[in-house]
Amino acid sequence: MSDLHQLLGNIRKHLPKEKIAYPQVPTFTKIKDKAVLKQQFIDALALVGGVCHDLSDIAECQQIMRDKLGGAAVICSATAEWEGNKTIADVAHPRDLDDVDLGIIRAEFGVAEMGMVWLTENSLKINSLGFLSQHLAVLLDPDTITENMHTAYRQIDFNASEYGCFVMGPSATADIGATLVRGAQGPRSLTLFFLKTPVPDQ
Amino acid sequence: MKINVEKNAAAFIHMDDVHQPTHDKNLWNARMKRDRMAASIPEWEQMRDLASQIKEHALTHLDQYVKQFVTAATKRGTVVHFAKTAEDHNRIIYEILKSHNATKIVKSKSMLQEECEMAPYLESRGIELIETDLGERIQQLSGEMPSHIVMPAIHKTTDDVAELFARTIGTDPNNKDPQELTEAMRNNARPKFLEAHAGLTGANFAVAETGAFVVCTNEGNADLTAAIPPLHIASIGIEKILPKTEDLGLFIRLLSRSALGTPATQYTSHFMGPREKGAELHIVLTDNGRSERLGKAEFWYSLKCIRCGACMNTCPVYRRSSGIAYGATYSGPIGIIIDPTFDDKKYSELPFHSSLCGSCTEVCPVHINIAEQITLWRQHMVRIKESKPCLHYAFNVAGKLFGSPKWFRRAEKLGYYGLKLAPDWLVYNKTLNAWGKNRQMPAIQKETFRDWYIKNRVK
Repeated sequence: MSDLHQLLGNIRKHLPKEKIAYPQVPTFTKIKDKAVLKQQFIDALALVGGVCHDLSDIAECQQIMRDKLGGAAVICSATAEWEGNKTIADVAHPRDLDDVDLGIIRAEFGVAEMGMVWLTENSLKINSLGFLSQHLAVLLDPDTITENMHTAYRQIDFNASEYGCFVMGPSATADIGATLVRGAQGPRSLTLFFLKTPVPDQ
Repeated sequence: MKINVEKNAAAFIHMDDVHQPTHDKNLWNARMKRDRMAASIPEWEQMRDLASQIKEHALTHLDQYVKQFVTAATKRGTVVHFAKTAEDHNRIIYEILKSHNATKIVKSKSMLQEECEMAPYLESRGIELIETDLGERIQQLSGEMPSHIVMPAIHKTTDDVAELFARTIGTDPNNKDPQELTEAMRNNARPKFLEAHAGLTGANFAVAETGAFVVCTNEGNADLTAAIPPLHIASIGIEKILPKTEDLGLFIRLLSRSALGTPATQYTSHFMGPREKGAELHIVLTDNGRSERLGKAEFWYSLKCIRCGACMNTCPVYRRSSGIAYGATYSGPIGIIIDPTFDDKKYSELPFHSSLCGSCTEVCPVHINIAEQITLWRQHMVRIKESKPCLHYAFNVAGKLFGSPKWFRRAEKLGYYGLKLAPDWLVYNKTLNAWGKNRQMPAIQKETFRDWYIKNRVK
């Protein structure tokens, strides 16, 4: 701890005399209507390369992904609703998800402003699922969409997980010739399904 | 060695007629996208004010927040190390790696690790290190520093990258498609993620309240870096600390909109503690001159920087010179005011590499008075006699002229006749008029504004 004291001592020696007060930050909320938030989410996600589908059951979602990725051989799901063919509970090491063509995750909530979803190890089971999978299908309960980043951060419990990520569409880069390319190191596509959280059987 | 930014910039400008115009165009596009984003958010200016205030609050209470951050992170099982200097930083990371027998590492982008020159330090000690951000990897393969804070290889054309990849990772030299080149690097990098013994990241923000830190990427490479190997080490500068979680709302809304004109980065990742049982998370909390900078009454404001690069995208001088010309970790306007805090001899010419148009100050999301600080650094360089002698002399003469209305009027007339009568070889003499090297002198009017005013307005 002596290193910490030395660091703190150095900072104190150089702290500016004038102290600036901590400001009140509003949440800048404007929209109450859930349907409007949902539409905003759809538009925001489209802007960053994600696609939304509004469906009523899991079989329809699965059909869409079959049509989209006919060749997806390895499907790994971190959800109870959608069964894949690689069981995540049997995966020994995060690197073993390297062969996953399609990863399925249920997001914890969404952010309308950005088209983002919040994922943690509770929803990913193994964090690398969200990044090694070639493609992602994300389930989101539309009732969980919050308006913006201010409201989003106010509802996260940072004690509930060791890791959390706002995922906004697929992986992207524009590092070569400033040309946008989707699928840099992470997933090449992200398909989002609005689907209510199932009520657990009692 | 003093950095000759003017010479370096000239080399870039005169390389060919493709690089400089492309660089200029790409960065200006980012600036225009930033403006459209800013205009679409009614509270944009209020957000900038608040973000600036939160940063100033955090920095003027930094001792409290560092302490709170360390306590919170430690409680979550993260091991926090303290580095006073770049050497400490590198040594600590090497020792952690060594004690874990980690010789193969992947890393995501960290300006702090660049600042500490960590990569050569580790490589010379037998560590195999792979940059995983595409732009950083391009720079690593070409043996160059990043030329931009968020677009490290923006000074390179697609053809340059095609040639580089053909030479280094064996792509077809005729393949000049950005999509396919990106794909080639994806396939090259993937096994390295899987085999790595440790992953290194930086941090965009750290939160005192929770001990969490945030990394923003578009590629998802920081998440891969942290999610696969059992050991994650993050380098964090002490100025990155924010008081509360909810502060992130403001900063995430501002960061990528200012940087690239996108709503946010594709991934905004939060690390609160070790991933799982058996996995380790280490933080190297680094000072490296930051606390001393905090004590500089005029210059501590540069610590507010959130590394978005908006000042670079907008800067007319940066867009022409490229970041490589600055010969430093941080380039562009923000580099001009940060680099001399590390070495005011080596970087003494940087403050003169600016038109002082003030555009940087206008776009900075946290209201750093960059242009004003550039002038203050110029004064500093003149005081310590590190400005160019010819500039020193010219400004002395200019100062006398501007200080005397009589001599100023005489000089105006002299200038008119002088330019009119002097032959081109004299006017465009490279030694006497460096300014005229790439520019046409404007035609000087015979009638000065003062003459015109007396004739037309003074009754």
